[in-house]
Amino acid sequence: MHANLLQELFFFVLAVFTGWSLITKVPPVLHTPLMSATNAIHGVLVVGALIVVFTASGTSQIIVAALALFLATLNVVGGFVVTDRMLEMFRKSPTEKGQAAK
Amino acid sequence: MSNIRDAAYMVAAILFIVGVMRLRNPATARMGNLLAAIGMLIAVVFTVIGASVGNVMLLLAVFIVGAVIGTYSSRAVKMTAMPQMVAAFNGMGGGAAAMIALSEALQALGHGSYPGLSQAVPGLFDMLVGSISFSGSIIAFLKLQEWMPGRAIAFKGQNGVNAGLLILLVLLAIYIPFSPSITLDWILIVGSVILGVSFVVPVGGADMPVIIALLNAFTGIAAAAAGFVLQNDVLIVAGALVGSSGTILTLIMSRAMNRSIFNVLFSAFGSKVTATGTSERGEIHPTNAEEVAMLCAYAQRVVIVPGYGLAVARAQQECKDLMDLLTSRGVDVRFAIHPVAGRMPGHMNVLLAEANVPYDRLYDMDDINPEFQRTDVVLVIGANDVVNPDARENPGSPIYGMPILNVDQAKTVIVNKRSMAAGFAGIDNPLFFKQNTKMFFGDAKGALQSLLSAIKEEVA
Repeated sequence: MHANLLQELFFFVLAVFTGWSLITKVPPVLHTPLMSATNAIHGVLVVGALIVVFTASGTSQIIVAALALFLATLNVVGGFVVTDRMLEMFRKSPTEKGQAAK
Repeated sequence: MSNIRDAAYMVAAILFIVGVMRLRNPATARMGNLLAAIGMLIAVVFTVIGASVGNVMLLLAVFIVGAVIGTYSSRAVKMTAMPQMVAAFNGMGGGAAAMIALSEALQALGHGSYPGLSQAVPGLFDMLVGSISFSGSIIAFLKLQEWMPGRAIAFKGQNGVNAGLLILLVLLAIYIPFSPSITLDWILIVGSVILGVSFVVPVGGADMPVIIALLNAFTGIAAAAAGFVLQNDVLIVAGALVGSSGTILTLIMSRAMNRSIFNVLFSAFGSKVTATGTSERGEIHPTNAEEVAMLCAYAQRVVIVPGYGLAVARAQQECKDLMDLLTSRGVDVRFAIHPVAGRMPGHMNVLLAEANVPYDRLYDMDDINPEFQRTDVVLVIGANDVVNPDARENPGSPIYGMPILNVDQAKTVIVNKRSMAAGFAGIDNPLFFKQNTKMFFGDAKGALQSLLSAIKEEVA
């Protein structure tokens, strides 16, 4: 066990609770963009993929690391662009600004 | 240097959290997504700056190719194809997690040492869960894209086989640290890919919202595990955030169908035609565009209930035109959205938003249900199970207990359907035989177009 493990677990648990309490308050109208945005956020794997590419040596490791980077890049870039396209479309009716949005 | 990098990671994590907070309101949601993307950019930039960078050319080439394909495919995709696009990107993330873990294992074995358990265990977890998420998402993509049959495909003893395979893979993962080898790692990955396939194949189309949310959670947890492997805090925080939010969404979705998550995953719902027997079939009352036009044009309140059929027919623009036409005649037009209508959580909202239907015209189930008694005409377009009164009244029905839109309480219900052929799951829908129900046959797009021109001609 390395020294940082407890600290890492600490971050992990706090983030789980944060995610839990954030999402319970999202209205159904936004479920798709929400899922799509969190889908892009787990594209943070691109950070991990970068790290393994930096240190990769030997053909098989380089191929595996490059594949990881490719997949993670698709995930993160595609995820954010698709979410943005979705959210761009959500608008309120101009005539009924006063009505409370659901 | 690593202090600066950690500070940047903290900023990134804060931006992710604030971004998700902003996603709770349609007015600020787009900004929220942008903030999360900025956070991601910061994390990536400081990862590159803070490390001793090797393989630069390879890195740039792969990154650019991935970014171009990702941008192009997400820009080119039609809004109706959004669920499969989200599924596909999710699968890519799962695959990335598995490959990161494999790359670390190769690195360690190359140095003749195997990492301690605190890194080996999350690594093996990544190979298992990341691979399941990868192949499961690909199957979900293929089903939604209709490159393979969308219905539940099951064989006898499937759950037993899946459970057995899962147990074998877990045992293998436990064994690997005692005798590390890349061959065993590969066997674990390939086995998990197979499990992902056989795990999603038996899930029927209408259960897709649950499965997509669940696979999203899987990839999130896999990202957190990759953070433990690499001892990287931003991966841990972001992955845990997504893992728990995906889990919540999964639970919300299965609750909206009044089924446990286990039932969704393991019942192969809809693979067999279920004979309910108890519902009485009466006569149906077919109608035509002219009659529907009259009913709608002289109504005070019309509620439109969209379903997956609307997405298939790509008739969202016609829906919006109908709303505009009726609104200009002083009719109060609303859309009633069932939580699991369509193929992913909130699918109908996105579809109608694309056609510029303002989001304050869209009503959730709980808000619209008390209104049906005061509604003159309900127009059901391509929805079936979510308006089936058997869910409320017939304990013998497979969907009994699922909360539905109580459209049958309106004065007149008009159901647009292509034919009387049994829909998903082949469940009888007594709504079609009620006295106040009229069947308006035809493809949603064509039917709505003839309805629009009928209103313009007859009632101009």
